[in-house]
Amino acid sequence: MILFLSAQQPRLDSLVDQRFGRCMWLIQYDTDTQQWEAFENPGAKQSGGAGVAAAQFVVNHKANVVISGDFGPHAAGAFQAAGIKMHLYGSEITTIEQAISSHQQGKLAAFS
Amino acid sequence: MKQLVILSGKGGTGKTSISAAFAHLVNCNPQAPVAILVDADVDAANLSLIMQPNQSEPHDFWGGSLAEIDRESCTGCGACIQVCRYDAILPDSIDPQKKQIDPVACDGCAACIYACPEGAIRMVPQQEGIWFQSQTPYGTLFHAELFAGRENSGKLVTLVKQHARLMADDGNIPLVILDGPPGIGCPVISACAGSDYGLVVTEPSLSGIHDLKRAIGMLQHFHIPAAVCINKADIYPEGASLIKEYAESVGINVVGEIPYDHRILQSMLQAKPITEIFPSSPSAIAIRNIWIKLASMLLENRES
Amino acid sequence: MQIAVASGKGGTGKTTVATSLALSLADSHPIQFLDCDVEAPNGHIFLNPEINKQEPAVIRIPKIDPDRCSLCGKCVEVCQFHALAKVGKTILVFPQLCHGCGSCTWNCPEGAIEEIPNPIGMLESGLSIAGFPFSQGILTISEPMSTPIIRQLKRWESPSKGDTIILDAPPGASCSVVETLRKCDFAILVTEPTPFGFHDLKQMVGIIEEMKIPAGLIINRDQAPYPPLEVFCLEHNLPILMQIPYDRRIAEGVARGQTLIDIDPLYQEEFRKMMERVESIIMRSRKHTETKGPKP
Repeated sequence: MILFLSAQQPRLDSLVDQRFGRCMWLIQYDTDTQQWEAFENPGAKQSGGAGVAAAQFVVNHKANVVISGDFGPHAAGAFQAAGIKMHLYGSEITTIEQAISSHQQGKLAAFS
Repeated sequence: MKQLVILSGKGGTGKTSISAAFAHLVNCNPQAPVAILVDADVDAANLSLIMQPNQSEPHDFWGGSLAEIDRESCTGCGACIQVCRYDAILPDSIDPQKKQIDPVACDGCAACIYACPEGAIRMVPQQEGIWFQSQTPYGTLFHAELFAGRENSGKLVTLVKQHARLMADDGNIPLVILDGPPGIGCPVISACAGSDYGLVVTEPSLSGIHDLKRAIGMLQHFHIPAAVCINKADIYPEGASLIKEYAESVGINVVGEIPYDHRILQSMLQAKPITEIFPSSPSAIAIRNIWIKLASMLLENRES
Repeated sequence: MQIAVASGKGGTGKTTVATSLALSLADSHPIQFLDCDVEAPNGHIFLNPEINKQEPAVIRIPKIDPDRCSLCGKCVEVCQFHALAKVGKTILVFPQLCHGCGSCTWNCPEGAIEEIPNPIGMLESGLSIAGFPFSQGILTISEPMSTPIIRQLKRWESPSKGDTIILDAPPGASCSVVETLRKCDFAILVTEPTPFGFHDLKQMVGIIEEMKIPAGLIINRDQAPYPPLEVFCLEHNLPILMQIPYDRRIAEGVARGQTLIDIDPLYQEEFRKMMERVESIIMRSRKHTETKGPKP
């Protein structure tokens, strides 16, 4: 399963970024191979439609699940149409590693 | 962390004077700030004029891009004119057979770039303003200056707001207060996003009432609980009554009425919040009472 | 002749001045009034128009024909505003991000895109209480973009060449004000002699100087000299066209929907005299342009 997470730095021990559309980094994590890669978020510097730009990027990378602090209406619409599940960090999770582990234990709330 | 946005609909009702007063009241202990302030009116930013930053960290703001034609490669074929919907293509000032882009009219859509058979046009990123993280005697203020005439798409508003929210989260500061722009368009929508509460500052004129309804309509559209306060309330008492009737009809509280007070102008000229410089004036007392009501809603577990 | 009334800071008295000016000139000039403050239009409160024509203000947004769409993604690539996304087997359109530029439509290799009108507000027109044409644009609540409505409003009622068109601009100093000022012959800037008014006026002057539009100042709620403003006017060659004193009677009258003429009929003559001065500035500026070449 491919997860995408919004992060402040390009590392697994990075603090999470609660914003999706304008987060600094998008971290791709493959739960089957445990391989991961960090990408600069194309939405970070956009004038408008940051959520769409970031969502398009995640969709193009064949994500199954995307995790962030919140999703704006455009990003949410795109993910819903793409069938990509959205989950939220909540207030307890502070790092990407924690988020991945929590998600695998089924502890992260779904976005609605 | 809670976010309060202060709107008006109509300009000039007193949002900024009231925001400055709130900053003074809420951040009474500079060692333990309770709120971070944001001036979200980025194309007419006035809050810093009262809050008087003593230290400011500027950052360039890069917004969208505009098209630019390379004179060497342009053949003057006019394919760009066929696709431009913004009347942004003009005869070149040096060689009128060729074309140039009017940066004031250009929308940044890049249609001309795809239409140009010579590849003579490119998009150039634009610095559209500057934003600041400032320390003031009344707490931290995030503010910005959009360069005159630029697109106020809300991106700069979102940027200063996000920085304030991040700082509030990191520092366990419970409140972000936004001094909002007039109107109901993009920058206002950006200011409202993520707000837990909206205060609409209105004046009891017919224009004020008309625009109050539009501001309330906007807050309701985004499901943001709202309250109203009436500034310069004694200018038109019948208007103030109309506002109270309207507020009741849509289930919104009127949290206070501020009488017209010439000392507000004095406080602006002396660049100090009214509650600091004229604390026993009728307007300062009214504003303090309004703040007490708002604070009890926004800061449930803290003493205001 | 097109005359815009702008300010920078909100609440300085643009609409009060614009409507009072229109009424003062109604007998001597063929007047048209355009309320371009489409987010919060108030001109109607003072001019009491009878609206007899309405038309939706629209942005043309793309509609993708799924049968012709090959999912090549060219539309997503060309859109500078991220109003399109390719998701699974569909192209999603985000109307609120769309600028209506048409680029996606022209660049679709399959001709699969059709433009459909997306209403974002309303254009209205009629006759004001004084008998001259009045029109306004009203942005629908929750729609983000006001500039396209202003553009449509200005094109909607094609004015006769001899008309004097008065445009009430929105507050602020960004793109919606620029759109209102575009192709205007003169800008009346209404300010108040306070730090806030002065700060925002400077933004406005930056705009009119870049657009090369001659301008003049009306100082409203004038109580005491504000030296920084006076110095600034001298430095920028900004004539002070009128000074309206701070007067609680005026504030109360305007609150009730009265124009300056209603409150004090002597203003009619003041506005007429001001207009003569504005017209001579416009004439001088046109002569200057003829010798130097067209302004952009």
